[in-house]
Amino acid sequence: MSTHQAAAKSRVDVMNGNMAAAWGARLSRPQVIAAYPITPQTPVVEYLTQFFADQELDCQMSEVDSEHTAMSMLTGASLTGVRCYTATSSQGLALMYEPYFRASTLRLPIVMNIVNREMISPQTVWGGPQDSLTLRDAGWLQIYVEDNQEILDTTIQAFKIAEHQDVLLPINVCYDGFYLSHMSERVEVPSQESVDAFLPSYHSDHILLDPDRPAAVDPLTSGYLLMEYRQKHMAAQQAALDVIAQVHDEFARLFGRDWGGLIETYRMEDARYALVTMGSVTGAVREVVDRKREAGVPIGLIKVRALRPFPLQQLRSAMSGLKGYGVIDRNVSFGWNTGILFQEVRSALCGLDEQIPCIPFISGLGGEDITLDLVGQAADAVVRNTAMVEQAQWLQVAHEGR
Amino acid sequence: MKEIRLHGRGGMGTVKASQIIVYANVARNGYGNSIPFFGFERQGAPVTAFVRLDEKPIRPKTQVYHPDCVIILDPTIQNAVDVFHGMKQGGICVINTPERAEDLKLPSVVGTAAAVDATSLAYSRLGKAITNTAMLGAFVKATGWVDLAAVVEKVVEFWGKENGDLVEEAYAETVVHRRDMT
Repeated sequence: MSTHQAAAKSRVDVMNGNMAAAWGARLSRPQVIAAYPITPQTPVVEYLTQFFADQELDCQMSEVDSEHTAMSMLTGASLTGVRCYTATSSQGLALMYEPYFRASTLRLPIVMNIVNREMISPQTVWGGPQDSLTLRDAGWLQIYVEDNQEILDTTIQAFKIAEHQDVLLPINVCYDGFYLSHMSERVEVPSQESVDAFLPSYHSDHILLDPDRPAAVDPLTSGYLLMEYRQKHMAAQQAALDVIAQVHDEFARLFGRDWGGLIETYRMEDARYALVTMGSVTGAVREVVDRKREAGVPIGLIKVRALRPFPLQQLRSAMSGLKGYGVIDRNVSFGWNTGILFQEVRSALCGLDEQIPCIPFISGLGGEDITLDLVGQAADAVVRNTAMVEQAQWLQVAHEGR
Repeated sequence: MKEIRLHGRGGMGTVKASQIIVYANVARNGYGNSIPFFGFERQGAPVTAFVRLDEKPIRPKTQVYHPDCVIILDPTIQNAVDVFHGMKQGGICVINTPERAEDLKLPSVVGTAAAVDATSLAYSRLGKAITNTAMLGAFVKATGWVDLAAVVEKVVEFWGKENGDLVEEAYAETVVHRRDMT
């Protein structure tokens, strides 16, 4: 099917990010869904339940008693070789931690949307990727997206990435709570036929629960074998770098939408400075980059899509030769004085010969708005800066009485 | 790009109205996004929603700080919220009020005032003060930014014909007053 044919068969709708995720899942024909509702992810579960009730989604669907059970049920289901989907957020993800880690070390290609939300306490339900970023070392692939179309498109791609024979790892497609989950915008929904042409059904060869071929899963394992498991898992993460890029390119050819693959660069060709982002703030940064460019400031944007695996080489080639950069983090790394993305980017750039002046910014925690003004302040600070700043600069709108 | 801010109270359908404006702009092959203000939402509490409309994809997902238009679904909301905060000079104010548009005491930033007694219209048709659909009719009359037919179509789809008729009645009843800015 050509791009033209795929586009002709799609329909234009208006939907929030949660509906976009639900449509991404539905079009991918999962065979088992198990999920537990939690703000701001709850509508994803409601929409999928509605699709199921209307017989528009042919799968086994279970609203379980907790997130721990959701991931445990999908672990069992995935071991039988079927395609599995779920979604969660924040405290639900925390409750899921034990089976979350095991799903990756068992090499089960489960797809899970994470609707990013702050961790308590104090009590909060608003956006921020602290939940999933804190689990960056649990062996899953993680991709972060900036708008509702990208949620839908990437959720479909996620199945193909996870199920690739060189990868066989679970994957999160992460999007900001409220700023995307509850924001409605124009979204193009591809036809079932075009998604079927892109995403073949899943066949598991690497692991299969089968009564005719009994096997022990997770027997007590010695360290030397565990070392081999981890080496292979790490190699699969590295292999995913190529697979994410390939699957992305194939999707772009077929559907005519290009999200950049591992990272996306915007106006970086002749840039001397850059702002590095992830997630829903990216659109505001594009706007600020355009305004700064009009004022003659040679600044560009780097959007990190894949956090795991981390695209070291792509960042090095995009950022080599810059005179300065800043990273806008909507999260914190306690004990490190910066956000998590800053750590990752700074570590990646240690592979360059030069040291590029940099600033770690923290902004937008607990769903606070990262306004165009704040992004503009970050851009100005990056252009002025000549130091390797190690202490986060907090960008925030003044509140009365604070 | 046009930026709109809606002020209502929990239970009035303020957020849903913001989404219908986006639907109507997408129906004419435009773009839009609608963002509820993420606060402590309860029945009767002040609710704010933001809308952006454009002919090309809209990148910022931030809140709206300098609206071209404010829509006030509940006349008492002004006691609780500064509904004109940050409004662009010469902006459009679409307000639910029994007063005449030309008699309204509005800040000088307002260039156009559009008034309709949405509460009374909603009461007589629906038996309750759910003003969002009537105010959509007033919004279309005041701005012309989206097509009435597209709004009515979506309203009928969500809430039935009576609400669709209410949009059209409010459109007809709304008085638009261009204020002397000199």
